[in-house]
Amino acid sequence: MTALLKVSNLDVRFDTREGVVKAVNGMDFEIQEGETLAIVGESGAGKSQLVLSFMGLLAENGSVSGEALFRGRDLLRMKPKELNGIRGRHIAMIFQDPMTSLNPFLTIEKQMTEVVRHHQGLRKDEARAHAVEMLRAVRIPDPEERIRQYPHEYSGGMRQRVMIAIGLLCEPELLIADEPSTALDVTVQAQITELMAEIRKETRMSLILITHDLAVVAEAADRIIVMYAGEAVETGSVDDIFYRPQHPYTRGLLASVPRLDRASDDELQAIPGNPPNLLDLPSGCHFRDRCSEATEQCRERPPLWLAEGGRTSRCFLPMEGGEIAARGNDVEEAQ
Amino acid sequence: MSKPVLRVQDLAVTFTSFTGGLLQRQERQLRAVDGISFELYAGETLGIVGESGSGKSTLARAILGLITPNRGRVIWRGEELTGLEEEELRQKRKELQIVFQDPVASLDPRMTAGDIIAEPLWTFYPNMARLQVEERTRGMMKVVGLLPNQINRYPHEFSGGQCQRIGIARSLVLNPRLLVCDEPVSALDVSIQAQIINLLQDLQKKLGLALIFIAHDLSVVRHISDRVMVMYMGQAMEVSEKSRLYRRPLHPYTNALMKSVPIPDPRLAAAARQDSWLTGDMPSPYDRPKGCIFHNRCPYRVKRCEADVPALRRMENGDWVACHRAEELDLSIE
Repeated sequence: MTALLKVSNLDVRFDTREGVVKAVNGMDFEIQEGETLAIVGESGAGKSQLVLSFMGLLAENGSVSGEALFRGRDLLRMKPKELNGIRGRHIAMIFQDPMTSLNPFLTIEKQMTEVVRHHQGLRKDEARAHAVEMLRAVRIPDPEERIRQYPHEYSGGMRQRVMIAIGLLCEPELLIADEPSTALDVTVQAQITELMAEIRKETRMSLILITHDLAVVAEAADRIIVMYAGEAVETGSVDDIFYRPQHPYTRGLLASVPRLDRASDDELQAIPGNPPNLLDLPSGCHFRDRCSEATEQCRERPPLWLAEGGRTSRCFLPMEGGEIAARGNDVEEAQ
Repeated sequence: MSKPVLRVQDLAVTFTSFTGGLLQRQERQLRAVDGISFELYAGETLGIVGESGSGKSTLARAILGLITPNRGRVIWRGEELTGLEEEELRQKRKELQIVFQDPVASLDPRMTAGDIIAEPLWTFYPNMARLQVEERTRGMMKVVGLLPNQINRYPHEFSGGQCQRIGIARSLVLNPRLLVCDEPVSALDVSIQAQIINLLQDLQKKLGLALIFIAHDLSVVRHISDRVMVMYMGQAMEVSEKSRLYRRPLHPYTNALMKSVPIPDPRLAAAARQDSWLTGDMPSPYDRPKGCIFHNRCPYRVKRCEADVPALRRMENGDWVACHRAEELDLSIE
């Protein structure tokens, strides 16, 4: 099986007055057709910058190196015009904040039909019919009427549905959703999560879901990458990550989610300390200052374990059924 | 039981806005807080939960007198705060303090951590000796888990969680008896949230504070609360003792909020999804539904709910609920 998207050794750097921020370090991953991949991490883990980098959307002081092959063609080496033919058409993206992602001066119709007329050259009435159909698909009631309205006439949850509909307009092969439900109220969040799950079932589209909240992807993802300080610390199937977490950070993250389905009287588990400063990452394992299992050897760079099904962990703790794919030092030298 | 330290009675806050341009100016009323009553005891934590627009932050500000309520009374240790003169109210605030949601935005970036924490002392005790202020500041930093040698650092040198610790130290430096925390962890990462919740819980035990903890998510207030109030469009839907609320919510809206919390377990999550979510969004605050304020989204509504407003009433076990059908519905969580 060839991957739809294959990212190798991807680094993202930002030049700032205080120094170089290493936002993403040596990321490798693939996504297959029809697969849903979740990228989970806390703020500053680099999950958004990772996808923005291969979408050509980094801020001006950002730079990217490595490779991101989409159907065999490297997105990082495409001319802007070529990339424009891919973005929106083959890869679409939904952003976190539905309030600021829509143009307040244009009707929903204008914003939706522009995309398909540009990419697919549809006539105005065809484009409109298609847009209405998409609004219906994301369960917007009375779409013929509502398509004429402006964004401010929509609630937050409805706006995010519109964003999803715009993302789906050209039937992209890959949809990237960056925290699609985070800015919404909890009851509406649940509706959007449900909608994403339905879309996933109904289409053959691949989906990258970016989130800081592991709980949100429990049901929605096939595979999960857990990022910390710009690196993948653990990769695995949903069941691997939730039922057999390997890396101490993944375990800590799972334990710190407040749960309603468990007894409440025990103290909440927190991960001690604070996320590292990306300008000045600790040597060796980036998580070692906060890790309950850290030893002297964690001052060295940990090895990368690899097991069946592409499951990985970057830690000195041995992985059951896994082999060391790369010694920490090899990578260090290569960098 | 002893007397409550805080009594809030029928508190209401209405905002007025204008629409329609210069000639056809129309006044619109937004009832942000609509008749809230509760009591709070020393050493007790009340969790207040609601979605955005439910009025929980406005309620917090009205209790502290940061907003003047249009109706109702706030009685703090036997004394009515509503109607106090500005200066008298200011003096009272030594005892009532607030922690805000966004820890980074609520700290002055040009002040050091030490100055931020000490500022209330300078304001209320201008004659306090410099050395004493510094000693108290360093002591406070230790209490909230900051290093006293970070006293001269600026907010941008701290992480989000540490900034929230600074905010908590500042609000505790005057030895208040009531601490209102308005979404103190919503802006923080999951792994840090638990640190701050545990810190607040410890401090409360140690200092015997009365605590109001506001959040938009039921899972966050669960650990820290003794009782929980669920708000919707400015009204209290339910005020229940914690263990009962999480086992068997009385109000369908509480139930819906609980169902919306994602479960970090793939199999359980799949099973839980059999239940349908709440449909629709919160109605416009300018166009409030008649009858029960929640009826248009309620899966259990009956004819009566569309016409009669359910009063917040006391159940046999002492919990409060505003639902006509509270007795007959069994919303137990298995």
